[in-house]
Amino acid sequence: MTRFAIRGLLSRKLRTALTALAIVLGVAMISGTYVLTDSIDQAFDKIFTDIRKGSSAVITGRSAFDLSDGSGVTDPTLDEGLLGEVRELPSVAEAEGSVDSDATQLIGDDGKAVVSGGAPNLGFSIANGDSDFNPLTLVDGSWPGSNEVVVDKETAADEDFQVGETIGVQAEGPVERLRVSGIIQFSSGLTIGGATLAGLDLPTAQRLFKKVGRVDEIAVAAKPDVPDAELVREIEEILPPGAQVKTGGEQAQADSDETSEFISFLQGFLLAFGGVALFVGSFVIANSLSITIAQRTREFATLRTIGATNRQVLGSVMVEALVVGTVASIVGLFLGLLLAKGLFQLFDAVGFTLPNSGLVFEPRTIVVALAAGILVTFLASVYPGFRATMVPPIAAVREGAILPDEPLDRVRSTLAGALMTGVGVTVGVVAITTTPGNALVSALLAVLGLILTLFGCALFPSRTLGALVSCGLGFAALIYGLFVPGLGTTSVLLWMGVGVLLVFFGVARVTTRLIPSLSAFMSPIARWSVFALLVVFWPFFTLPYWLLRYGAWGPGSAGKRVLAFIAGALLNALILTIVLGMWLRKVVTRWEPEWPAEFPGVIPDRSTTRVGSENARRNPQRTASTAAALMIGLALVTLVATLAAGIIASFEGSVNDLWKTSDSDYAITAQNNFSPIPADAANAAGQAPGVVAVMNVRTGEVRAFGETIFATAVDPTARELIILKWKDGSQDVLADLGADGAFVDDGYADANDLVVGSPIELTFPDGSTERYAVRGIFDPPTGGSPFGNVTISTEAWDAKVDNPRNLYTFIAMAGDVSDANTPALEEALAEFPNSKVQTREQFIDNQISGLSSVLNILYVLLALSVIVSLFGIVNTLVLTVFERTREIGMLRAIGMTRRQVRRMIRHESVITALIGAALGIVLGIVLAALLIARVDFLVFSFPTTQVIVFVIAAVVVGIVAAIFPARRAAKLDPLQAIAYE
Amino acid sequence: MSGNGNGAVVVASEIARRYGEGETAVDALRGVSVEIERARLTAVMGPSGSGKSTLMHILAGLDKPTSGTVHVAGTEITTLGDNDLTKLRREHIGFVFQFFNLLPMLTADENIRLPLTIAGEKPDAGWVEQIVRDVGLADRLKHRPSELSGGQQQRVAIARALVSQPTVLFADEPTGNLDSATGYEILELLRASVDSRGQTTVMVTHEPRAAAIADRILFLADGEIVREMRGASPHEVIAAMEELSA
Repeated sequence: MTRFAIRGLLSRKLRTALTALAIVLGVAMISGTYVLTDSIDQAFDKIFTDIRKGSSAVITGRSAFDLSDGSGVTDPTLDEGLLGEVRELPSVAEAEGSVDSDATQLIGDDGKAVVSGGAPNLGFSIANGDSDFNPLTLVDGSWPGSNEVVVDKETAADEDFQVGETIGVQAEGPVERLRVSGIIQFSSGLTIGGATLAGLDLPTAQRLFKKVGRVDEIAVAAKPDVPDAELVREIEEILPPGAQVKTGGEQAQADSDETSEFISFLQGFLLAFGGVALFVGSFVIANSLSITIAQRTREFATLRTIGATNRQVLGSVMVEALVVGTVASIVGLFLGLLLAKGLFQLFDAVGFTLPNSGLVFEPRTIVVALAAGILVTFLASVYPGFRATMVPPIAAVREGAILPDEPLDRVRSTLAGALMTGVGVTVGVVAITTTPGNALVSALLAVLGLILTLFGCALFPSRTLGALVSCGLGFAALIYGLFVPGLGTTSVLLWMGVGVLLVFFGVARVTTRLIPSLSAFMSPIARWSVFALLVVFWPFFTLPYWLLRYGAWGPGSAGKRVLAFIAGALLNALILTIVLGMWLRKVVTRWEPEWPAEFPGVIPDRSTTRVGSENARRNPQRTASTAAALMIGLALVTLVATLAAGIIASFEGSVNDLWKTSDSDYAITAQNNFSPIPADAANAAGQAPGVVAVMNVRTGEVRAFGETIFATAVDPTARELIILKWKDGSQDVLADLGADGAFVDDGYADANDLVVGSPIELTFPDGSTERYAVRGIFDPPTGGSPFGNVTISTEAWDAKVDNPRNLYTFIAMAGDVSDANTPALEEALAEFPNSKVQTREQFIDNQISGLSSVLNILYVLLALSVIVSLFGIVNTLVLTVFERTREIGMLRAIGMTRRQVRRMIRHESVITALIGAALGIVLGIVLAALLIARVDFLVFSFPTTQVIVFVIAAVVVGIVAAIFPARRAAKLDPLQAIAYE
Repeated sequence: MSGNGNGAVVVASEIARRYGEGETAVDALRGVSVEIERARLTAVMGPSGSGKSTLMHILAGLDKPTSGTVHVAGTEITTLGDNDLTKLRREHIGFVFQFFNLLPMLTADENIRLPLTIAGEKPDAGWVEQIVRDVGLADRLKHRPSELSGGQQQRVAIARALVSQPTVLFADEPTGNLDSATGYEILELLRASVDSRGQTTVMVTHEPRAAAIADRILFLADGEIVREMRGASPHEVIAAMEELSA
């Protein structure tokens, strides 16, 4: 039986390959994700290990609680005096203090800060270039002396920095002009992609970073034969409070832990998209298998008549699926390697360069990718396999025998369906609600529950009932996950994931019932949208193609043909290469291009679209499954677009609320719109002529009521510059915070039972604790609060935090926004090239632009599942054309031209795509509305432009998917129609 | 309806058809010349492998001869491109197939009008109505093929072939998939359309009883026309066949 199955596969190569493609892409995404993240992880590990190579022990300041990167506050510094004490210790051979800053801007020749996406701008001291502590080597020039800087090779090349040149460097203070003394790279040759490196001598660094007399860390080398542990013990005895010591290895580990967190987030994020692609792929596979099994009814029946059991028929289908799944997964696994390379470039292209020290291919990658691919194929083949067993032996001798549609015993299968659904739901609910302590175990059990539920729903003899059960359970899970308070993040995500998948499944199945009316509805839309697209692209694609081919092979005078060829070549160079390829093929092989080619026409052809739309509805189940694959991709894309539109609308709304009646005219932010900027920048701006008031908002992490929260600090000028909605208190609170006042947002007050007058204790990174009194409670605008949970005055903040930074600064000027005021502010900020002056509109646009690059990444990732569904449409159409060979032959015999055949197939394809798009868009908006209803700070906003773009994209998907099957259909010989079996 | 003066609407001269190359090559036709007379029913008979189907495919422009020429309604068709051939089929040729080949999702009425729909022509209501009446389907028009018997399906197919008023109608084993009583009705229908409307018809068959309704019977064997009979009875046809295979 196994040999039979494999021989069968080989005899249906094209169909098998098309089915496998869906799995290949999903598996490639999973393996690519692992390769990508493992590679980044390894690159960071290498960099951090290198940095600590020469250190036996490292002393650093210790904050009272863990801080996240870029939060605006940093670990406390150490007194430089400690360095002397450490050097005195008996086991210490050498010790070196250093300072660093992750916001050290290099200023390019154009006067602008050198920034590359979100990559850090690292600045650090190099006390002694030749010491073992230094992980860098010189490529050119010498180590930095006073008022000198060394920069990394990549940045120097990009910005054309030369040794001896003077460039601007800005950290905490205004920009300083420093001489480039050398060009450096890591000794290991690794690069942190996109990051800029600036090395300074210690006193210069301390001045620029505003850490005079302080060091961030002390690297210590032990005397020979002294174990690291003993050195650490010795140092611990003299450590002041707020400092800690680790061995070099431990410190490297601690350094890379921070990045690991980011990497595992990235991993989960990308895996989720791989999972979606596989889920879409499972629809494609189930559908392809169902179609091939229907086409092979006779074959199965023949097997049965010669003595094969039901079980053997099922076995042969499953073996086929497993072989396809395994081969596809292996191909996908290796394609993943290529994909990882591609993703490195993709992230690079959107300005988010990732470090890379070669691709890492872990055994875990192989196991997970293969297991996922094979399991999905196997599961998708179970249902079609069971249908194959329903073929009665008598079908072998009947002309046109078809598969029995549903199982015979309705009562028994309803019971079986209900039972299986029940078990699935129980397993799923138990898995998500109980915590075995491991998110992975919960997720795996939840997936098991989901699979059982899906099979249960599929078992119901009434499709509609099963579909409704699945939809109902899905929405129940979604609503439970979203609206029941007090669930952990993992459970919320699991509830939502399981709910969304159940809804997709249910909608896909119930759609079967709607296909006849949907395709009748979509037919004119498909016809006219294809017409409209063709009209638009006619001069750029269809016409030049015809002209080129006329020039190459057409009849007519040489003059006319040369003119046509030149005109075509000028209109579209891409088509020129295609026609040149055809010419080459003609020369090399005996192939003859068909001529005359039809003159490109675009007028829709009612008769062919009529037959095409009938074709789309004649097998509703097939059309529904094909459309469902596209539906999933488009639902997720629409969900993202609707959420983004909601975020943008809410954000605009809230900024306008805050500024509406206030005096604010300008905002100052970092060039990248989100990094905190040094307080000096705003102070400099305050010196500009015409400035009436400056309001700074500082930000950082503190601890309160046992958790780490974002706190902000605000200037008294806020009373005039920002308008808040007060639940308790008034605008005056902003001006009267003083040294011990605070105000909190509404939600935080409720959560911690705060009222005006309540005390609130904040612990700062340096470990000190201060008590503040709540003076007011405000209602944050829907688009997000401009403040953290707790806000105190900048005066109180600066007393506790070294080198305070502003999140943003608002400025009021005499004469509001004007052509004179903007340059005045810019002039005042000339020394702070990393800051920029923006009007309210610019501020809103810039804050939103950050969102759009995230959106672009999401769209690219979701495009993968749309591509999988495109292959699904191709697959269905190819199988359909194969099945209708005789019919198409008959149509050709009674007068259908090749073009009409192609249009007929294309019309069916576009209708299918439009049905998928319509369902997906509606579903996406419903899901987004649910999410938005849950999230307080979002308002619903319909993404009109995006939806139009998605519909056009769906039509294009339909047209593209039809190209290959339509060509095959057009090539069919009309003789096929009358040939005997 | 055009011909070329002497009453022939399809003229084939010296057509040969070879399949494959080299040693495995098979000659399906070896220099056949034939004229199909207007307003007559011509039957092409022969044992299987005699080349009768190949001959019909070439006369109808579905296949091309290796050598020789074919004129349909005055046009030499062996050199035509696919588009011109398709147009020629629309205007001049009708087909009736052994397996009916109706579109399952269209009603009988829609199937009948299909050639006109494809050609983008407006059906002449009176003409369609008359054809439907002639084939006896007036009360089954709204049914789909799956709701019709084999005989009824073949009637739909004949109506479909006649609806575009073709110069010549080709029928490929029209009774091959029907029981003998139904098959006889279909043959009568074909005969009637020749008699009442002068519909030129070519029928390929291996059934002597079917061939016997023809005005003229061409016998093919090994790719050549070996005999021709006019107005033969079934017994004469059977006798001729036996002679051939002997």
